[in-house]
Amino acid sequence: MTLPQFTYLAPTSLKEACDLLREHQGKIKIKAGGTDMIVRLSHRAVKPDYLMSIKKIPGLDKISYDAATGLTIGALALLRDVEINEDVLAHAPMLARAAHQTATVQIRNMGTVMGNICNASPSADNIPTLVAMNAVIIAANGNSEREIPIDEFFLGPGRSALAADEIATAIRVPVTAALTGTSYQKISPRSKVDIAAVNIGAMLTLDGAKKCSAVRISMGAVGPTPLRGAKAEAYLVNKEICAETLAEAGRLAAEDASPISDVRASREYRKLMVEVLTTRALKEAADLAAA
Amino acid sequence: MKKELITLNVNGDDHEIAVFPWQTLNEVLRDELHLTGTKLGCGTGDCGACTVLIDGKSVSSCLTLAIEAEGVKITTIEGLAPEAVAAAGDLESCELDPIQESFINKGAIQCGFCSPGMIMSSKFLLSHTPKPTEAEIRAGLSGNLCRCTGYNKIVDAIADAAEKINDAQ
Repeated sequence: MTLPQFTYLAPTSLKEACDLLREHQGKIKIKAGGTDMIVRLSHRAVKPDYLMSIKKIPGLDKISYDAATGLTIGALALLRDVEINEDVLAHAPMLARAAHQTATVQIRNMGTVMGNICNASPSADNIPTLVAMNAVIIAANGNSEREIPIDEFFLGPGRSALAADEIATAIRVPVTAALTGTSYQKISPRSKVDIAAVNIGAMLTLDGAKKCSAVRISMGAVGPTPLRGAKAEAYLVNKEICAETLAEAGRLAAEDASPISDVRASREYRKLMVEVLTTRALKEAADLAAA
Repeated sequence: MKKELITLNVNGDDHEIAVFPWQTLNEVLRDELHLTGTKLGCGTGDCGACTVLIDGKSVSSCLTLAIEAEGVKITTIEGLAPEAVAAAGDLESCELDPIQESFINKGAIQCGFCSPGMIMSSKFLLSHTPKPTEAEIRAGLSGNLCRCTGYNKIVDAIADAAEKINDAQ
């Protein structure tokens, strides 16, 4: 379908972009890869007067790793870039797995990880692993910059903590502690191409004696925002990792999930899958931590 | 609202063309440049019928704004065997791309609507994975739907093309 008419803006600096956001507040939408925004325009789900591409702002496509600050993924890094980047594969392989399991080849060649985050869909593929790894979103308004912990970033379906004049410029993933493993588990009605019916991210640290010393669990598509598996986390700390404790953690995670029934899965099925996938994610994370 | 003059590089040729900012690359390729080998299926990035290569990477032309396709190299299905296009389908006298050849030889074309997109996706797949396993071929086609459901022969054709390309090297 022909897209609705808009004025196209392509600023070449962050300052210029944020000034445009302030000038046209309420009438402007940001576009990066466009794989979600163009569909929403086509469906008339949004009708902005101005569409602002951030693709001409230099430097936002970088992915880098630093032993002190960790992994930095720029706002314009494509899903495909994250999928195959050596630093990501070496230091945060589950981010690569999540990117790889997002949508289709063509979408991954166009869409960005940051776009997937900023759309704030509860079922987004790239959120649970970033929550599990305690990532931080860097937000800039052209004058200053702030760090938003990812736990505070999602306010509801499609709603984030970004101010109207802010652009999320990078994702920062802290250096992983020793004896730590991560996992991403997803289930959807058809295949990995499909939107997740449930997805789970986990990061688990062992204390050297098979006991869990720290754990973070993020559950997607089972609430208005990605949810933490707080009960399961509290239960697992200082417990020995074995089949029984992992199964109990899965059961407790399902207690914290509050899914709805929709076209992709029923509430009951989602609860059950939270249990299965959380246990599976914790098992993989613990195995990788011990490896 | 006024049109903007842009230059699109399609299959090696520069085209100076005036576009509205809301026109997609798919619309401009088909309606302005009359390169109708690239199809429009769903228009939402699900079916892959509109797949073209931008700087060698497969993308959905229905989700790409034409205005953002300046300064890159666009390859459409017509660009794989330009002589065959010029010969208006007289295939006796000209060479096809090995992938196109395999699609014909392996019977991987039924109605043909998905074929250009399938072939462009195969092109990208074989560019980074020259010897794909069957699973890799299927994953490489995850963004392309065939309404005739002729998937098995398409997978066979890509395996055949990969073998031919590797043998030739």
